[in-house]
Amino acid sequence: MKEFALKSEEKFHSHYLNIEKVNKRMTTRLFINNFVKYLFLASTMFGLIVLAFLIYTILRDGLGWINMDFLTNRLSTLPERAGIAGAVVGTLWLMFVVGPVTMVLGIGTAIYLEEYAKRGRFHSFIQTNITNLAGVPSIVFGLLGLTIFVRMFGFGPSIIAGGLTMSLLVLPIVVVASQEAIRSVPQFLREASYGMGATKWQTIRNIVLPASMAGILTGVILALSRAIGETAPLVAIGIPALIIPIPSSITDNFTVLPMQIYYWTIDSVLVDEYASMAAATIIVLLIVLFLMNSVAIIIRNKFKKRY
Amino acid sequence: MSSLSISTELPLKKETTEQVNKTVVYDTKNLNLWYGNNHALKNINLPMYKNEVTAIIGPSGCGKSTYIKTLNRMVELVQNVRISGEILYREKNIFDKEFRVEELRTRVGMVFQKPNPFPKTIFDNIAYGPRIHGIKDKKILKEIVEKSLRGAAIWEEVKDRLHENAYGLSGGQQQRLCIARCLAVEPDVILMDEPTSALDPKSTLKVEELIQELKENYSIIIVTHNMQQAARISDKTAFFLNGEVIEYDDTDIIFSTPSDKRTEDYITGRFG
Repeated sequence: MKEFALKSEEKFHSHYLNIEKVNKRMTTRLFINNFVKYLFLASTMFGLIVLAFLIYTILRDGLGWINMDFLTNRLSTLPERAGIAGAVVGTLWLMFVVGPVTMVLGIGTAIYLEEYAKRGRFHSFIQTNITNLAGVPSIVFGLLGLTIFVRMFGFGPSIIAGGLTMSLLVLPIVVVASQEAIRSVPQFLREASYGMGATKWQTIRNIVLPASMAGILTGVILALSRAIGETAPLVAIGIPALIIPIPSSITDNFTVLPMQIYYWTIDSVLVDEYASMAAATIIVLLIVLFLMNSVAIIIRNKFKKRY
Repeated sequence: MSSLSISTELPLKKETTEQVNKTVVYDTKNLNLWYGNNHALKNINLPMYKNEVTAIIGPSGCGKSTYIKTLNRMVELVQNVRISGEILYREKNIFDKEFRVEELRTRVGMVFQKPNPFPKTIFDNIAYGPRIHGIKDKKILKEIVEKSLRGAAIWEEVKDRLHENAYGLSGGQQQRLCIARCLAVEPDVILMDEPTSALDPKSTLKVEELIQELKENYSIIIVTHNMQQAARISDKTAFFLNGEVIEYDDTDIIFSTPSDKRTEDYITGRFG
C-alpha cells in the first residue's frame, strides 16, 4: 500500500495523463462533487420545508375546530353550528360512483388493450390518447361534464353527474396502472394456461387478473384519492356553495370536502372563523388521503413480485 | 426397429396392439412458417407415432422450438406469423377453421423450457386444468391431483404440502409439477420444449426417467439441444437445420449411421 503513494512518480506510467495537472484540478473536482450533493439535498429540503410549513399552519388554524360536532353537524352559515357531515357523506357518495365506474371501464379498457387488441395503428392511437387524456386540465373535464351529464342528460349538479365527470378525469390513471399491472404478468403463465386448453377469458380470469390485482387496486385507490381531492371539475359543473341537507340518493345535489374548503376559504373575508373551518376540513381531507395512499402502498408491498 | 419392439410390449390404454403399431398421432405435411419475412420453417414433412418419444434436435435458431409450438398452435401467440401447409393431428388438420384450438390444446399438453407453475398452491396448480374443463367435484379433483402427481413421480415429495405455494419447490420439482399439471388434463400427446435446460443434472435425470415411464401411456415430442439426452430417451430423432428437416429416422440410426453429412457433423459436435 505504501508504494502506491502519489510521490513515487516512476510507478505511474501515464502516457496521456499529466499527474501534476490532475492533482491541481482535484481540489476543484472534489469541491464540485461536494457542492452538488448539498445542492440536491437543498432541493429535497425545499419541498419538505414548504410541506412542513403548510402542515404547521393548517394544524395551527384548524386543529382547534375539529371535534365530534364539526364532523357530524350539517352545513350552516353560523360558524358555531356548521359541520362537514354533508361534505363527508358527499365525498363517500362520490367514491361510491367513481370507484365502480372507473374499475369497470378502466380495467376493461386495460384488458382489451393488453390482451385482445392487435398491436398496430389503432392500438397506438388509443394508447397515445389515453396518455394525453391524463394530461388534460381537470377544468376541461368539468366543462365536458357540465355539457354532457348536467345539461344534455339533465342530471343537474348531482352526485351522478359529479361522479361520472370525476370518473372520466381519473379513468386514464386506472387504465395506465392496470395496463402496467397486466403487462407485468409474465407471458409464461399465460402460455401455461393456454397450453392446457384454457380459453382467453379463462386465462385472463384465473391467471392474469389474480396476478395483476394488486397493481390494479393500487391504481384504483390512487385514482380515487385524486378524485376526492379535485375541485375544479365540480366548480365547473356548478355545485352550489351552500347545501344543507345531507345527500341520500345518487340524484341529490351534493358537496365534497375540497368544495367546502374552497367556499369557506373565499368566504373567509366575510366571516373570520371560515378560515379556521377550512383548515380543519383540510386536516380531515389530508387524513383521508393519507390513509388511502397508505392502503395503496401496503397492497403494493404485500403483493410485490413473486415470480 | 427398436420403436416397434417397445411399443408392442406396452400395456395399452385403449387401442389394441395392432392399432398401436405405427399409429400416426401427428403428421406434418409441407409446413412452412414465416415470422414476418423470416422464413422460419421450410417444407417440413414429419410423421410422429403413438407411444414413442420423438426428439427434435438442432442448433439454436434452427426452428425446433418454433416447430413444437406450431404443433399446439402456441406459435400463433406471436404476432405476424404466417403458416402454410398442414399438420394433421389424429388425421384432422389443426389449421382447419372448424378445429378449435382449445380442443387441440386439451388433447396435446405442453411442458415448457422454464418451469412455469402458477403462483398458486400445488393442489390448485394441478387442479387448474380439470377445473377449466368443468370438473368441480372436490373428491374427483383430489383424485386427479394425486394421480397426476404420482404420474409425474413427485407425489412422495409434495403430498404433505399440497396447499403450499408451488414457488416453494425447487426448479426440478417445479418442472415435474408442470408435467403433473399437464397430465391432469389426460392428454394424448405431450410436447416438451427443452424441459431440462433449466435444471441441474440430477433433476434432469429424474425428468428423463419420467419421460421413459410416460411413454407407455402418452406420445411425447421433445425438443432438446442436448444430444446425449436425445440419444438416451428418444425412439425417433429429427435433425433440424435452418428451418429444414435434414434427417428423420430411428434414434439409433441417427446417432450411429446418419445418412446426411450435416447430421453427422452436428452430432459429432463439429458445429452447433
